[in-house]
Amino acid sequence: MSPGDVTRLQIGNDVQIAGARQAVREAAVAAGFSLVEQTKIVTAASELARNTLVHGGGGHMELEVVTISSGKGIRLTFVDSGPGIPDVDTALSDGFTTGSGLGLGLGGARRLVQEFSIDSTPGGGTTVTAVSWARAGQRVPR
Amino acid sequence: MSSESGGERISVLRMGDVLIAAIQQELTDQAALALQQDLTEMAAAGARGVIIDISGVEIVDSFLARILSEIAAATSMLAGRTVVAGMRPSVAITLVEMGLSLRGLHTARSLEGAMTLLGNLRDQAGR
Amino acid sequence: MTAVDINDSAPVTVAEILEKRGEQVAQQWADLPLFRTVYTSGRDASVGAAHRLVEVLAEVARNDRLDDSSAPGFDRVRPHLGQMVAARSHAGASLAQITSEVSELKTPLMSIIDRELGDRGSNAAPMAAVELMGTLRVVVMEIALSEGAEVIDRQRQQLLELSTPVIKLWNRVVAVPLIGTLDSARTQVVMETLLQTIVDQDAAMAILDITGVPMVDTVVAQYLLKTAMAVRLMGSECVISGIRPQIAQTIVQLGIDLGDITTRATLADALAWALEKSGVTVVGEV
Repeated sequence: MSPGDVTRLQIGNDVQIAGARQAVREAAVAAGFSLVEQTKIVTAASELARNTLVHGGGGHMELEVVTISSGKGIRLTFVDSGPGIPDVDTALSDGFTTGSGLGLGLGGARRLVQEFSIDSTPGGGTTVTAVSWARAGQRVPR
Repeated sequence: MSSESGGERISVLRMGDVLIAAIQQELTDQAALALQQDLTEMAAAGARGVIIDISGVEIVDSFLARILSEIAAATSMLAGRTVVAGMRPSVAITLVEMGLSLRGLHTARSLEGAMTLLGNLRDQAGR
Repeated sequence: MTAVDINDSAPVTVAEILEKRGEQVAQQWADLPLFRTVYTSGRDASVGAAHRLVEVLAEVARNDRLDDSSAPGFDRVRPHLGQMVAARSHAGASLAQITSEVSELKTPLMSIIDRELGDRGSNAAPMAAVELMGTLRVVVMEIALSEGAEVIDRQRQQLLELSTPVIKLWNRVVAVPLIGTLDSARTQVVMETLLQTIVDQDAAMAILDITGVPMVDTVVAQYLLKTAMAVRLMGSECVISGIRPQIAQTIVQLGIDLGDITTRATLADALAWALEKSGVTVVGEV
């Protein structure tokens, strides 16, 4: 993938969640992410993809390689047209341990990436965007 | 004995009354659920220990983490113990970063370590 | 030899002169420090390298890309230019010096162009040649800058790793003396290094010693907690040692819950604990 290319993957079942993980893994390797950085963003993608499927009723993921002066990053966008998230703040605070199985996994994913945002309205679907950069902790400011 | 789902096969070995499942590839959710079901059934049928070897696993997200915890809880209720063996450093780092410490889950660095631990746990429990 | 046609466009004229007089240019360049000190195996290698550069410049001129440092023609010599920059800076040349050596390449080329054109034509062709050599200088600068940046990154990484050694205290017992302030880059490196060492040495116990950490706040405490939890997830045990009375007070005041993580006041105490846990009996005082 070159910077600027956007890959779009359907998220409609668990096999596609695994496919999304694989695609993010490959992009992260190509963008020069360290092993731990790869693991974090792939795990975040898994959480968010599952959320799109389970809570959003299915949707898609967009994967984009982005470039800044000090290197490359990956932007993931998860879109569904499901019921939306009524209370984003609550959802972000460790929602994945609720016994009702509404494990949203959003709080965990947020902690694994550098930039994170949710755009959601009740009844209007949800868009989650996550961005991580390669060698984030060690970038020398230039 | 094996657990199969969608073409994926997770081999489960039986050594005495210990079940050993080595997950050698990334699991789809269905495959993970199938493994959980099979291990729980086998434990109910008499196995006293379950070892899940995840040394080949590169990604453990909250879903898989919860399944591992549930398997552990189930075996505990059935008078057994579960040990998760071989977690990779990158996986451990990611789990704690997410805030999932999986407290209460028994862990070991290797299969041998897991067997030893099961033996110790059994001695301690007096069973 | 046929004279160069002055009715061609300036870039084409430059290309033709480079092609026609390439051997001459290469021979002169081969003696300049930029080539001579790099291709030390013999003059032939130096001439060969100079030739390669002449060909590339001719191609770039022919394709009318003399002002474009990203012209594809340059890709052919990028690795070689990279090697030259590395060799020159290894020998102590600064970036300024290297780029001025590249500028020097212009001189022999300009006199050859002058001689070739004589009094004919405008100075469009010489100006095009100057532009082309200026672009070459930009290409070399780009290479040198990205090289330098990589070196800095690598050195920084090495420094981080060196300053956080994981020490084997005993069979299956490792310790990390944390020293100084823990910034996020260092804490990442420590965690990764410690966990990898646990795998490599099959270490059952890991001691995190914070004697050398001047201040413990919520961030540091959270990091220690995370590290201990990660060690545990991998099947080993973790002890935090070096907890001075003031640190203990701070932790209590901040309301930080270290949970069931084992702690000890000194590294020695932690080692004693680890040995006992490992079933090792120590005869004498620890």
